[in-house]
Amino acid sequence: MNIKAENLCFSYGSEQVLHHINFEISEPKIYGVLGRNGAGKTSLLSLIGSFREPTSGQLLIDGEPPFENARIMQNVSFLYNKDFSGETDSPSKIIEDIRWYRPNFDLEYGKELIKKFHLEGKKGVNKLSKGQQSAFNVVVGLASRTPITIFDEVYLGMDAPARDLFYKELLKEQERHPRIILLSTHLVSEMEYLFDEVLIIKEGRLLLQESYDELITRGVTVIGSKEAVDAFAAGKEVLNTEQLGDTRSVTLYGKLSEEDEKYAAELGLSIGPVSLHDLFVQLTKEEQTHA
Amino acid sequence: MKNAFHSDKPIYVQIREIVEDQIINEQLKVNDQAPSTNQLVQFYKVNHATVSKGINQLVEEGILYKKRGIGMFVAEGAREKIIQKRRQSFIEDYIVALVREAEKLGITNEEILSYIQDVKGREKTNEH
Repeated sequence: MNIKAENLCFSYGSEQVLHHINFEISEPKIYGVLGRNGAGKTSLLSLIGSFREPTSGQLLIDGEPPFENARIMQNVSFLYNKDFSGETDSPSKIIEDIRWYRPNFDLEYGKELIKKFHLEGKKGVNKLSKGQQSAFNVVVGLASRTPITIFDEVYLGMDAPARDLFYKELLKEQERHPRIILLSTHLVSEMEYLFDEVLIIKEGRLLLQESYDELITRGVTVIGSKEAVDAFAAGKEVLNTEQLGDTRSVTLYGKLSEEDEKYAAELGLSIGPVSLHDLFVQLTKEEQTHA
Repeated sequence: MKNAFHSDKPIYVQIREIVEDQIINEQLKVNDQAPSTNQLVQFYKVNHATVSKGINQLVEEGILYKKRGIGMFVAEGAREKIIQKRRQSFIEDYIVALVREAEKLGITNEEILSYIQDVKGREKTNEH
């Protein structure tokens, strides 16, 4: 399937939260949707999940607007921090019924996951802890096997072992049944190894869409003496500078040429990789106002 | 697991070295199946793209070979190839830093040699 946003805008009343977003997603891969709190991740994902309609511009799935479109909606799962207070059935009971509206739902796999996440009890979902409810969301999302699956910060409340299990199952599932998976998160360092491609949203705008590999090689850290680092960084885009005694470390944005690398070696600088987490922090920080 | 890596070398290089080391110490022998990209991703919690980059280099250099739909296997002569390559970079990778540091600290060549003997002796006793 294919998701396409064209000049997509969205407002809550008079407050515009998404501004002219354009992108296309068509390969069955894992996409990390990153943004700070309030950047507009959930708004964007709920448009894809057809929970809302764009204010202007278009969002198309397989060439059609998904909103109230039964054929499309059947193929899209949107998992988010749902309010389960009215859900008195147990997880095991609920998944028995999901297959009626999710044609690809794999009940056996769903049961296996319910066991793995320790959700087998008779308790209603409304009586479960926040973390267990999130885990239940994960179970539904994974076992539904919809061609487009959206997990919107679905890990909230899940403890570290449960999150780890989620990531493991996600990778296994993606190998068995590749699909378009959108993962929104601000736990970048914990989840970055999962992403094939990254979309960063900043203040309601799409800052970039790139493959993980491309993005990660765009940044380097350069460490060395203050003078040498400054000489090397001159004319380059510096995202961040840190200093400890005489040693200076800068994060540079942009690929280094072979000449750059030679020059760095001459200056005795050490060059290291940048984590997606660091790039994300630097690219999405608010512009500093100089007094 | 990310802590298993240091920051002075690209992670894909470290991934390929992990596999190379397994071939050198004969944990992986000729025609044995190498760990799959997915296994490495899961185990080291390193991105797919990064792991593939390291593994693809091993394929390009003829250290691993691919069997379609099955996986990666250790090629004939892989161990010798790796050892030869590592020997070539041994001076750059280890001796240069050693000599520089020794100079900084005023350690003589004789002292370096005796340290090497000491360490070798220690490792021998550890083995027993």
